[in-house]
Amino acid sequence: MAVTKALSVREEVVKERLGLTSNYAAAYAVKSVDVDVIAAYPITPQTTIIEKLAEFVANGEIDAEYIPVESEHSALSAVIGAAAAGARVFTATSAQGLEFMHEVLYITSGLRLPVVMAVPGRALSAPISIHGDYQDIMSARDAGWVVMIASSAQEVYDSIIMAYRIAEDNRVLLPVMVSYDGFLMSHTTEPVEIYHEEYVRKFTPRNLNRPRLDPRKPITVGVIASPDWYYEIKYQVVNALKESKGVIKEVHDEFNKTFGTNYDIVERFMLDDADYVLITYGGASTGNAKEAAIRARERGLRAGVLRIRLFRPFPTDEVVNAIKDARAVAVIDRALSPGNTYEGPVFNDVVSASIVGELISRSFLLFTAYPRGRCSSTTSTIFIKCLMSTREPVSIRGRRYSWG
Amino acid sequence: MKQLTWKDLPIGGIIIEPGNARRNITGTWRTERPVIDQDACIRCRICWMYCPEPAILELDKPYVTKSGKKYDVTYEVDYDHCKGCGICAHECPVKAIKMVSEVTG
Repeated sequence: MAVTKALSVREEVVKERLGLTSNYAAAYAVKSVDVDVIAAYPITPQTTIIEKLAEFVANGEIDAEYIPVESEHSALSAVIGAAAAGARVFTATSAQGLEFMHEVLYITSGLRLPVVMAVPGRALSAPISIHGDYQDIMSARDAGWVVMIASSAQEVYDSIIMAYRIAEDNRVLLPVMVSYDGFLMSHTTEPVEIYHEEYVRKFTPRNLNRPRLDPRKPITVGVIASPDWYYEIKYQVVNALKESKGVIKEVHDEFNKTFGTNYDIVERFMLDDADYVLITYGGASTGNAKEAAIRARERGLRAGVLRIRLFRPFPTDEVVNAIKDARAVAVIDRALSPGNTYEGPVFNDVVSASIVGELISRSFLLFTAYPRGRCSSTTSTIFIKCLMSTREPVSIRGRRYSWG
Repeated sequence: MKQLTWKDLPIGGIIIEPGNARRNITGTWRTERPVIDQDACIRCRICWMYCPEPAILELDKPYVTKSGKKYDVTYEVDYDHCKGCGICAHECPVKAIKMVSEVTG
């Protein structure tokens, strides 16, 4: 019954089905939501998102100001200025470009500006790489942004539409980053269903009722604050990010209702009776993990996959709920935190969640893994080994930790 | 005054009331204060021009010196905003401004 309803909703809202890379899907989403200002730096490690957007603007398909700036630092700075004036903005970057933006990331969240940015996650130099991993995103983890990690081109398109609703909500007013696998998703083509603009625009109404620069009602933005005030204002960001989870869930529910989709802040795959849980994020890892879970079930192991779709704020309760009855949990990290107690950044978040959920006091095994090489189909075999090696250290570059 | 917390402050550290810096009295930063000797002062206006704040006030206040010289204006210091930098005392061509310690002076 619900499925039939979702299908009929889909029939109504979908305008066309196109073969798009995740980058192009991001560009089409920006086109659908009606942005005012796009600023970007067009040289490597920039992606084809902004090439497509430049084309849209040049053809008059988007009524937006396109600012080709001289660096990523300036790209984010330019959209900060526009957002402070009340404009709806977009920028995109990747890898070293995100690093070059780094200080401005904190300014964006500190000024509470609803900037939306697409970031295909890519490896950082050195050595030079253009391939996918999430080191760039993890380095931006503490900047006070909402971070979503998509796993398909369709999800990239949908997430960017949701991102504007989340960012501009007066209860949130924080920048949102929509990430996905660099190269593996950003440069590969998948079918994407594009919606009629009227539905997207109705879903993302402009919020001008927020603090912004307006000569009729002057305010000062970007002030200095003595330590008396600094931490109070920073705590507003901490609190807003924590509280944003409720709004993000609301937006997901409404999006699902409007567009006939089925998104949540985490994706659960065969988890209901799972003894072994793989925790992943992004496209390739999740696809491989699902395949591994299916193969593990063929061998009689009850395996399931939990995909972290909303990375910041971290879905602690959802993670606890997914792993509370598991015998073993493996986290496939696609970034490193060298010198930390455990080198996987998301693994650390899962450990924290386990403490919150009082899970580590009982017999419970937790693995961290960083797959070597490209995330190819052989990785799924490694994941199966990872699942099965509950007594021995896993035979991949990764470590086995256990408590209890 | 009650310390405002994150719950009371406007978000993003914005200032919603234009010109409220007027109420910010910054003279307390000073360790020494300039004192003008009105009899030695020749009304050249150099302190008024050099003061970075500006905390030298040019007042329409007639003054007659001990030697009988008449002036239409008087220069005084706005101690609410003077930071005690000493530029006025340094620049005064007749050494009519002295820096006096806030603690012992």
